[in-house]
Amino acid sequence: MNAAEILVPGKTGEGEALVLTAPISFWGGVDPKTGRITDVRHPQHGQSISGRVLFLPGTIGSSSASAVLMELVHNGRAPAALVLHEPDAILLLGLIVAREMGWQTPMAVRLGSDKFDSIRGKLAVVNADGSIVLRISKEDSAS
Amino acid sequence: MSLVLSPEEQAIAAGHDGAAMAMRIVAESARLLGAPRLIPIASTHIDGALYHGDSGTLFAERLVEGGAKVAVRSTLNVGALDLMGCSRIRLEEPQRGMARRMMEAYRKLGCEQSWTCAPYQAGHRPEQGSDVAWGESNAVVFCNSVLGARTNRYGDFLDIACAIVGRAPDYGLHRPENRRAWLVFDVSGLSASFLASEIAWPVLGSLYGREVGNAIGVVTGIANHPGEDALKAFGAAAASSGAVGLFHIAGVTPEAPDAETILSGHAPETVIRVTPQMAAKARAGLSTATDHASIDAVAIGSPHLSDDEFDLLERSIAGRRLAVPIYACTGRHALAALERNGRRKALEASGVVIVADTCVVVTPIMPQLSGGVLMTNSGKFAHYAPGNTGYAVLYASLADCVESAVLGKPVFTDIAA
Repeated sequence: MNAAEILVPGKTGEGEALVLTAPISFWGGVDPKTGRITDVRHPQHGQSISGRVLFLPGTIGSSSASAVLMELVHNGRAPAALVLHEPDAILLLGLIVAREMGWQTPMAVRLGSDKFDSIRGKLAVVNADGSIVLRISKEDSAS
Repeated sequence: MSLVLSPEEQAIAAGHDGAAMAMRIVAESARLLGAPRLIPIASTHIDGALYHGDSGTLFAERLVEGGAKVAVRSTLNVGALDLMGCSRIRLEEPQRGMARRMMEAYRKLGCEQSWTCAPYQAGHRPEQGSDVAWGESNAVVFCNSVLGARTNRYGDFLDIACAIVGRAPDYGLHRPENRRAWLVFDVSGLSASFLASEIAWPVLGSLYGREVGNAIGVVTGIANHPGEDALKAFGAAAASSGAVGLFHIAGVTPEAPDAETILSGHAPETVIRVTPQMAAKARAGLSTATDHASIDAVAIGSPHLSDDEFDLLERSIAGRRLAVPIYACTGRHALAALERNGRRKALEASGVVIVADTCVVVTPIMPQLSGGVLMTNSGKFAHYAPGNTGYAVLYASLADCVESAVLGKPVFTDIAA
């Protein structure tokens, strides 16, 4: 559907879309061991970003976000792909450094958040050229 | 404009050693930020040596194995352990061992063993107008605002990478045109007695951060220089409640001789006139505790306590015995003066727990206590303690914190805003 700009190259990803409705601070907001959103004030509190195609409207807070994302990669709990409204150099540094370490990292691409609404609940595939393809999720097809 | 690296920078990036890895990390960040080039830097302050998980330790050790060394003066922010042995850290193995390995790796990279979030009070004071790459939010805001040196908010990994290559992406607050104020934060409506009190600065900092977010503002209505510890408290609180990297205070901070100059002759886009009600609400907002019957501990020293603040602590305690401990967090730079004339022993005999190299919100030190109540005079501790320690917080002045620690129950002196 959308040809998104590749921010950081990496493994192509497929997973259930998780569209965050508010910016998040990774440090203090996401558990680096599990990928669960731990910030009690966040609307998606309790959901896991692990294995999901994560749509981020923005990030806030601590400059240790990169450390949390790299720790998720190292623990095998990273999102399947990251889709950002705008490039976030602090967060994406976690992927850049993980690549330097030789660890397999998910792709990060850019897509305007005005397109996020149509994605909620779908199965998203991020291809090698950065394009994002949506499928109806298993739950939807079952219902 | 896309990034252009010099032939020398390209040659370094094409290598296979630690410096090559660092150069590629700096260049990739510059590309994401839209910086056209890299610029030389005079120093760094590194926040990346605090343990968040094994991957950070492995990264630092990879740089060491690759023979990397810092190219410019580099001080270290806090670690997860008290290497001076002043306090007992409850971090268990294997995390403890990995945290120690991480601290050791940063030492091997050539960083100074400063282990403090107040490097600017430990002899690291870059010149006004110089470009540096500093991490840790309070250190960044102090460096930009009070010293007038130029830095962005450097995150984990990029700080050490910049230190190794001695360069940083040319963007943001490194550029003079991006340092001017756009809004005015006018405190002239507050009482002189409130503005002269210690609590004014953390309270106003907290309000400022929430009101301005990441915009650059100038504070007006301050008649006299409040002292460096007050500016330290203001910046730390502002950088906790907002994404403040630079503030100006007309007539006080070096780039703002007056409001007109730092507004570059433009009318401000916004004027925030702070009322006594706004200040009172911000002060109340720093506390989360609802049960005021007793307290379990006091924590001070975020940012790390200076020599002057230890003097004030000693005078306030005046040899009395505390009913609950005061955790006094500081850097090893302040310990030397404390060791003289038995001052540290006297404080510890009163019930003060000195915490060096680290602090109570970044690593487990205080006992785990459900329903614990912590009193603090730090806007930054007030912000982070509930989430990171589980204690509810009560915000008060240092004098009230000490009186409360002596009695074991909260005492407040009313200071009307």
